[in-house]
Amino acid sequence: MTDFPGAPTTPSTGRLRVLAAMSGGVDSAVAAARAVEAGHEVTGVHLALSANPQSFRTGARGCCTIEDSRDAWRAADVIGIPFYVWDLAERFREDVIDDFVAEYAAGRTPNPCLRCNEKIKFAALLDKAIALGFDAVCTGHYARIVDLPDGARELHRAVDAAKDQSYVLGVLDADQLAHSLFPLGDTTKEAIREEAERRGLAVAKKPDSHDICFIADGDTQGFLAKHLGTATGDILDVDGTKLGEHDGAYGFTIGQRKGLRIGRPAADGKPRYVLDISPVNNTVTVGPVEGLDVTGLTAIRPRWCGTEPLADGRYTAQLRAHGEEVPVTASVVDGELRVQLDTPVRGIAPGQAVVLYDGTRVVGSATIATTERPAVTV
Amino acid sequence: MAGTMRRPGVRRPEALYNRMVMPYLDHAATTPMLPEAIAAMTAHLGVVGNASALHAAGRRARRVVEESRESLAESLGARPSEIVFTGGGTESDNLAVKGLYWARRDADPARTRVLSSPVEHHAVLDAVHWLSEHEGATVEYLPVDEYGRVHPEALRAAVERDPSSVALVTVMWANNEVGTVQPVRELAAVAAEYGIPMHADAVQALGQLPVSFAESGLTALTVTGHKIGGPFGIGALLLSRGATPVPLLHGGGQERDVRSGTLDAPGAAGFAAAAAVAVAHREEHAVVLGALRDSLVSAVLAAVPDAVLNGDPKPGGRLPANAHFSFPGCEGDALLMLLDAAGIECSTGSACTAGVPQPSHVLLAMGVDPLLARASLRFSLGHTSVREDVTALAEAIGPVVQRARNAGLASVRR
Repeated sequence: MTDFPGAPTTPSTGRLRVLAAMSGGVDSAVAAARAVEAGHEVTGVHLALSANPQSFRTGARGCCTIEDSRDAWRAADVIGIPFYVWDLAERFREDVIDDFVAEYAAGRTPNPCLRCNEKIKFAALLDKAIALGFDAVCTGHYARIVDLPDGARELHRAVDAAKDQSYVLGVLDADQLAHSLFPLGDTTKEAIREEAERRGLAVAKKPDSHDICFIADGDTQGFLAKHLGTATGDILDVDGTKLGEHDGAYGFTIGQRKGLRIGRPAADGKPRYVLDISPVNNTVTVGPVEGLDVTGLTAIRPRWCGTEPLADGRYTAQLRAHGEEVPVTASVVDGELRVQLDTPVRGIAPGQAVVLYDGTRVVGSATIATTERPAVTV
Repeated sequence: MAGTMRRPGVRRPEALYNRMVMPYLDHAATTPMLPEAIAAMTAHLGVVGNASALHAAGRRARRVVEESRESLAESLGARPSEIVFTGGGTESDNLAVKGLYWARRDADPARTRVLSSPVEHHAVLDAVHWLSEHEGATVEYLPVDEYGRVHPEALRAAVERDPSSVALVTVMWANNEVGTVQPVRELAAVAAEYGIPMHADAVQALGQLPVSFAESGLTALTVTGHKIGGPFGIGALLLSRGATPVPLLHGGGQERDVRSGTLDAPGAAGFAAAAAVAVAHREEHAVVLGALRDSLVSAVLAAVPDAVLNGDPKPGGRLPANAHFSFPGCEGDALLMLLDAAGIECSTGSACTAGVPQPSHVLLAMGVDPLLARASLRFSLGHTSVREDVTALAEAIGPVVQRARNAGLASVRR
């Protein structure tokens, strides 16, 4: 490709042209600063993901406000890098928000952060960056990239186990990983905040964002109700007995206990949990906690950070964000990932991602489609 | 003031404009201060004095302000009493639009129509929108042609639908994005026929077009300092004798009670000095910059044959220092970034308050396709522009557009 005037020469010295995605938070700001310090030529970019950004934060923290954009801008100025806002709202709506709503409508529980990484940050953004002459995208995710002597690249958990975000990066394939930079994986969050303070970044004390960024008030149910409307349906016992009614099956998640609005207590007096959601019949089935025990699962749309897992390979699996890691045996059969859990795990929802690990190394991920639950036949 | 005659369009010593190592093609956003303005302003920065005070220091400051007012009035073809100093173009526009609306409506509650154009700067556009949201105004946007020009017949037709209900007319003198010059005198004549006050934002026109308040027939005119080589933070609203807008700022009653606030003597001095230079050299400046702009347009079209020049292609129809293009298949933000990386500073020309690039309302009003509108850049020249700036752009624009096009395609790939 013809280069444009002012573009630096080919990065033979390890100096890369890096596009730093800056949310306006402390992590991505420090990540960008570290990329500069590593000798890269860094440009900051804030992704506008909301078509109608809110002027001021209301209630829970999101990451789509004008204020966040300004914070990112100020951080870029302090670091001394050019800064731009890229409008990816349309792609975000199509690939993340619409998918999020459709998944709930289908009775599944999606993880929009994974989806955003797969489709936006390391796809739409990365593609545009590469086309514009950048070599890599840098983010403030807590994960480690390990380059092997043979040139292969591995994704590993961050040293700060509490902040580790390798789970939401499990969707990255080898090509995406080859163009990624995660400068924070070797540091604890606490140290990052101190570093931000030292660097004079005003976002050092900014609170972490926890919520789904496009649901600024944190009210997922209200958001879904707005998009999907309400539809009264039955709440059933495992034997099919009607126990009550609900306003929409999408309002429930497998393993949910609270807010069931069931008048009568169970015969055995034990609490009941959501075991199954059937969007076709608009029914929600509840039952005893044992009904949540999952011994195995099948997951679709696998994506591998390199090579796919060995047949009947021994790995560990993480089944939800911030979930514990459990030992498993995994195989790829007909393009689907089959996972057997050594010991049953409760409350696994279809739609969530299963991420396989080999020690600290991320093997890859897939979307949970079905689960094996010996205690129930729903 | 005119002691240091100079050739406009010729670069000043690097020492004065140290940032001028990069081709700066964004003079319509702001232009470097003129040495005359810096000298006039800094001469008063260390001197105490509130122009409203009665003691010697106050008298000294008042003298600076009033001499600046007289100088500015002379530059603008106005009487000194017609100058109201403000904090800049945005404030002047708001004062004119809201203040005249309130005054006219207070005098006759039936007067609630505001006639404007869809290509105004946001300082007018958002002000009239606010009036419609909060003050019962009915805003009518006069139709514009493919260059963004309002025709006097359109204004006449709008007025004649019900002349007695029109509070005011506000149409800019020259457009800040595409440079289209409006027939301000003709428009003002139509408004005057019906006794309707008309305001024009001449922020971009001053220094490039002959601007005479007396000859314009306008009731109110907005100008600002930093677009003509004066300081930031000071502008003026020219108000004809009978015009008494309701003030936006209440307080000490300065500036005919229309704009309270302690007068900025150094700012006024810098502004007046810049205006004097800009107006004295306007004709020569326009010729030099117009020729440079024409070579810029030729160079861009040679490098990118399918680029579209927006606005009036006829020299008399647009600001001499303005060039504005759409580059099919590109995104404006990608073009900006790549040009910035290549050391060339320009703009999409449209405001982006949230930092999110929106297709320009000006281009949309001209009938430009929204996708094409987002693929647009403005190049604007000024008193420090040199041929090398155009040469640098001519070399960079072809590869930059090529790369931005590839990126535009990439965003639909995966």
